[in-house]
Amino acid sequence: MSAQTLYDKLWQSHVVRSETDGTALLYIDRHLVHEVTSPQAFEGLRLHNRPLWRTGSILATADHNVPTRPVKEIADPVSRLQVTTLDQNCAANGITEFAMGDPRQGIVHVIGPEQGATLPGMTVVCGDSHTSTHGAFAALAMGIGTSEVEHVMATQCLISKKAKAMLVRVEGDLRPSVTAKDVALAVIGHIGTAGGTGYAIEFAGSAIRSLSMEGRMTLCNMAIEAGARNGMVAADETTFAYLKGRPYAPRDTEWQAALAVWNTLHSDVGAVFDREVEIDAAGIEPLVTWGTSPEMVASVSGRVPDPAQEADPVRRQGIEKALAYMGLQANTPITDIRIDKVFIGSCTNSRIEDLRAAADVVRGRRIAGNIKLALVVPGSGLVKSQAEREGLHQVFLDAGFEWRNPGCSMCLGMNDDRLSPGERCASTSNRNFEGRQGAGGRTHLVSPQMAAAAALAGHFVDIRSL
Amino acid sequence: MKKFQVVDGLVAPLDRSNVDTDAIIPKQFLKSIQRAGFGPNLFDAWRYLDQGEPGQDPASRRPNPDFVLNQPRYAGASILLARENFGCGSSREHAPWALEDFGFRAVLAPSFADIFHNNCFKNGMLPITLPEAVIDSLFSRVDATSGYRLQVDLAAQEVRTPDGEVHGFAIDPFRKYCMLEGLDDIGLTLRHADDIRAFEAARQAAQPWLFHGARP
Repeated sequence: MSAQTLYDKLWQSHVVRSETDGTALLYIDRHLVHEVTSPQAFEGLRLHNRPLWRTGSILATADHNVPTRPVKEIADPVSRLQVTTLDQNCAANGITEFAMGDPRQGIVHVIGPEQGATLPGMTVVCGDSHTSTHGAFAALAMGIGTSEVEHVMATQCLISKKAKAMLVRVEGDLRPSVTAKDVALAVIGHIGTAGGTGYAIEFAGSAIRSLSMEGRMTLCNMAIEAGARNGMVAADETTFAYLKGRPYAPRDTEWQAALAVWNTLHSDVGAVFDREVEIDAAGIEPLVTWGTSPEMVASVSGRVPDPAQEADPVRRQGIEKALAYMGLQANTPITDIRIDKVFIGSCTNSRIEDLRAAADVVRGRRIAGNIKLALVVPGSGLVKSQAEREGLHQVFLDAGFEWRNPGCSMCLGMNDDRLSPGERCASTSNRNFEGRQGAGGRTHLVSPQMAAAAALAGHFVDIRSL
Repeated sequence: MKKFQVVDGLVAPLDRSNVDTDAIIPKQFLKSIQRAGFGPNLFDAWRYLDQGEPGQDPASRRPNPDFVLNQPRYAGASILLARENFGCGSSREHAPWALEDFGFRAVLAPSFADIFHNNCFKNGMLPITLPEAVIDSLFSRVDATSGYRLQVDLAAQEVRTPDGEVHGFAIDPFRKYCMLEGLDDIGLTLRHADDIRAFEAARQAAQPWLFHGARP
């Protein structure tokens, strides 16, 4: 057999049948469900009197709408209805749900891996574009729309067509203070926000192998911001060590059998990719987005770009629109950008390692006087309790941060954690689109360390100089 | 799903690249548990001067006169002309639902984001990829000609201009078939239920750990 990519292996092992035009029915092992993109799917099944194919494949949680302050119930009746609708749909169908109040509740892309419900070799889907996160476990993981959620619930399959394969190889050692988030932003800055459209991206190279599972999840999470529906990393000892002993993970003799399969989940030597991109790890600096697309990114030691220097008229217009929305002048040093709010959280950066890294920057210091709100929102109830056992909450509280309950929170502000018009935020989330964190809000995407440092200084700072 | 055969419609231009699904339908409207009713909030932040919240009476809103869809010449448009990477970002199917609810049946662009592209086909909304030069020329003509219309013929896989130009486009045969007939693909997939069951049984026998629930 010829050399295969990891993507080839994952794809092939899930094809139930293929049509002559290349369309395939792909078997789905794990279906993660949250409250926003599922109600219409459950309703569709009811209307057609269709049963769920395999409820055991589903793990559900409420994350987008949940308040991060301790409350008995959600104040907003529209949000509350969406969350209770999920509770009812799960109860009626016998689906495992980590509902509000469950100590395991949290962001769907944090709890799947945390439970070991995401395993190497799986296909994982969820009605959420950041499902690419789970590819960190050598899984074929992709975001789907609500009609596809319904389709997977009814048939355990997805109708899909194979994408092209892209290899992003990051070789060398990351410099101190440079994180997986910076690698993700560097990749998006390099290939562009549509650079991965039509591709499945495998991240490889020594810098990727050196990343923890949390780091790999951060990286694969943002594959979608480069346009790729899937991001993935080969399975290795780091993957296995993370999974061992988790509630859904295999045990004993099954663990050994699983390892035999998982050890094959890498691209073969000589496997051919449709596109290969090389990035020098040592050349990556701490990055900050300055615009309204994740590809609009600059080194913290750099400046806001000048549209006058851009030759392409469509791109120039894009920069001008972004700067107008962001309220930024061309050529402003990034470190001169003052901020109003700080958000440490989201499916990109809310895991224990992210909180530890931010706490290390913050420890013993205070947030700046111009910071109106600095939020730390752990990714799950289990992350939160782990952080509290380590005393991290006290570090944040002593510095003037708020320590909240888990959820998607200010990444998209479907609950009441939002930016007000014109407010500027250093955010560890994944999207800096217009209005993403609140109508008129201005988002700068950064790593947890960079967000923490910006909270202390009141503006962006080069954490390498601390 | 609504059938798509031939759509002859007024064209509205949205001249910016990387239009994301947060812009198409902002997050506060995703709290609905319905599939319909998103049209009044399509492009909400660009379309209105006041802040949009669920449950508002559309008649009470302050339209932004500078936003293209508020210009009287584009009233009733059913074809949206757009730029590269249309529909990037979130997987929310509320984006095609909002476009469809507003009255669009087709979007023409040089490129689309994958998940949005996929979601369109489930909702009788045809995303058509045309070369950048063709899109550029259509933008000029829409701008120059009030009431500019195009004819989209799915069976023939053609976009036809009023002056007789014909631009072919590609589409997967399966998607085309479903769109033309207005077919529900779940019903089609369930015809292969025996194949799925056989695949599943073999997979469970080989890798039983993929089928476990949580254990204490």
